[in-house]
Amino acid sequence: MAKREQICLEARGLTKVFGFGRNKTVAVDHVDLTLYEGEVVSIVGESGSGKTTLAKILLGLINETEGEVYFQGQKRDIRSYRQKQEYWKNIQAIFQDPFSSYNIFNKIDSVLLDCIHMRGGRRLPYEKKVELMAEACRFVNLKFEELTNKYPFELSGGQMQRLMIARIFLLKPRILVADEPTSMIDACSRATILDMLMQLRNEIGMTVIFITHDIGLAYYVSDTVYIMERGRFVESGSADKVILTPSHPYTKRLISDVPKIYEEWDLSTV
Amino acid sequence: MGKVILEVRELTTKYVTRFREDVYAVDHVSLKVEEGKSLGIAGESGCGKSTLALSLMGYYFPPLHYISGDIIIDGKNISGMKPDDVRKSILGREIAYIPQAAMNALNPTQKVIHFIEDVVQAHDPTKSKKDIYEMARALFESVGLPASVLQKYPVELSGGMKQRTVIAVAVILGPKVLIADEPSSALDVTSQKMVIKMLRDLMESGFIKAMIFITHELPLLYNVTDDIMVMYAGQIVEKGTAREAVFDPLHPYAKGLMGSIIVPEEGLRSAKLTAIPGVPPNLKKPPAGCRFADRCKYVRPECRVTSIAMREVGEGRMYRCVMSEKELREAYQNG
Repeated sequence: MAKREQICLEARGLTKVFGFGRNKTVAVDHVDLTLYEGEVVSIVGESGSGKTTLAKILLGLINETEGEVYFQGQKRDIRSYRQKQEYWKNIQAIFQDPFSSYNIFNKIDSVLLDCIHMRGGRRLPYEKKVELMAEACRFVNLKFEELTNKYPFELSGGQMQRLMIARIFLLKPRILVADEPTSMIDACSRATILDMLMQLRNEIGMTVIFITHDIGLAYYVSDTVYIMERGRFVESGSADKVILTPSHPYTKRLISDVPKIYEEWDLSTV
Repeated sequence: MGKVILEVRELTTKYVTRFREDVYAVDHVSLKVEEGKSLGIAGESGCGKSTLALSLMGYYFPPLHYISGDIIIDGKNISGMKPDDVRKSILGREIAYIPQAAMNALNPTQKVIHFIEDVVQAHDPTKSKKDIYEMARALFESVGLPASVLQKYPVELSGGMKQRTVIAVAVILGPKVLIADEPSSALDVTSQKMVIKMLRDLMESGFIKAMIFITHELPLLYNVTDDIMVMYAGQIVEKGTAREAVFDPLHPYAKGLMGSIIVPEEGLRSAKLTAIPGVPPNLKKPPAGCRFADRCKYVRPECRVTSIAMREVGEGRMYRCVMSEKELREAYQNG
C-alpha cells in the first residue's frame, strides 16, 4: 500500500534518559526509525517498553537526550514555541484516554474552532466555520447540531474519540501519532474508530504511527510493524512477516501470550 | 449434568436516578452454572454486564434496587435477605466478587497481609493472626505467588501481581462462586495470561467451584470459559457454549460482536471488521419490542410490537429473536 518513495520522518540514534545516577532509566535507547509518506506503522510493546516516550519525542512534547529527528529531509528545530507550533501543524496525536484529552472548561465548538484557526482560517466568516465543523462531524458520524454548546464530559468515550478524529480531519496533518486510540473503548466501537481512521488516512494521505500493545490490532491496520522491548527495537518488518513468522524470542513470546480463536492458547508457558 | 452451584431465575434489578427515574439495567435474566464450569458474559459497555455481576451478589445498596427474581447458591435462596445478613454470611464465603479495577483500590498505607486479616476476621473474629498468615501463605504458594508479597505494600507490586493479590484476597475463604469483572483489562498480555492461569488453577484445584467471567474481549472469553452469554441492553440475547457463540452466533447482535474480533492470525487482514451502527437504546424508556431493532439489518415490522421471548434450540442454546434458526442462517448467507 505504501508509496516507498519519500521519507516523511526519520529518527537517528534517538535516546531518552530519565533521572541520573542510581535512578537512571533509559526509556528509549538509540532507536532508528524511518517513516515513508502514506505508510501505517505500528510500534508494539508491553507496558514500560518506552513506546509512549518515543511517541512523545516524535511529537516534540519532550526533548530527546541524544539523537536527531529529521522531518521531510530537514533536521527538526523546535527550540522556540513558535517553531513548535509550526511543527505541530504537520504532526498531530490521538491519545489513549479520551476523558483526559480535552480541556474541561472549553466547549466542543471551541475545540473544533481552534483547529480551524490553526489551519489559518481565523478570518473566515462564522457561517463558513460552522460549515467546516459540521462537515468534520459528519465525517465521524456525529451531529454538529447536537454537540454545539456542550462540554466534552457530556459525551461518551467513543464519541470523544470520534471527536478527536474530527479534529484530525480539520487539521489535515502530514503525520498522525495514535497512542493506543482504542484501548479504552470496547470491542464493537473499536471497529468503527479504526475504519474511520483508515478512511481519513486514505482521504488526506497522511502517515500514521500506531502505538499499541494489541498485536492483533497492529496486524490488522499496519504495513510495517516494529516490536519494542526495553527501549530498543528488537524486530521490524512488514506486518505479515513479523506477526506470522516472528524470529526474535520476545516477539514469539508476545504473540503466544495473546488469546486466539483458531489456535490453542497454551497456558502452561507462563 | 453436574450439580448446579448457582441458579438465577428471572432476576430483575433497577437503578433509581436522582430524578427518580427507573433504569432497568438487568431485565429478567436467568442463568445456571454447574460445578466446575465457568460462564462468560460478553457485551458492549453499558449493556448491564457489571450491574448483573453486582446484582448476583444479592447485596443491594442505592442506587441499585432489587425488584424480582431468585438467586440460588447451592440450594440456598439468597434473594430477599437483609443486606447485613448477606454481608455476614454470603459474601466471601458463598460468593466472591472482584470489581472492575479492584487493584487500584488497595489501600497504599497497608501491607497485603492486612487486607487478608481484615477479610478473615470480619467473618471469624476468633482466628489468630498467626493462623491467618499460615492460611494466606498456603494459598499464595499454591497459586504461584511468593509468600514475601504478604509483607509488601501495594505500591511495591506490579500491575499483574496486584491483580493476582486481589483475587487471592477475594477467594481466601473458599467461596463457591467467583464473579470476576474485567480482571485483566488493564494488564498487558503476559500479566493477563498469568491472571488467567491463576483463575484456572483455582478452578482446577476445587478452591472455587464455579466462575462468572465478565469481559468484552471475546478471544479471551473464548479461551477461558465453557459457556458464553451475550447481553444487550439488560437482556440476554444469546447463550451457548463458547464454541457455538463465537463460531456460530445466531442473534444478529452476537453476530456483529463476533465480527469485530481482532486476533493476530492469518486471514485477519483480508477479513473486513463489521461495525454495528447506532447506539444502544436508552434504558429509562426501553423500546416495546426487540431492543436491538433500531440497529438490526434484518428488522421486520413484528420486531417492534411486543417483547421477544428466548427461543431454545438444542441443549442450553438460546437466542432472543423473532426469526427462526433457519431464517437467520439464510439471512446471514445472503449477507
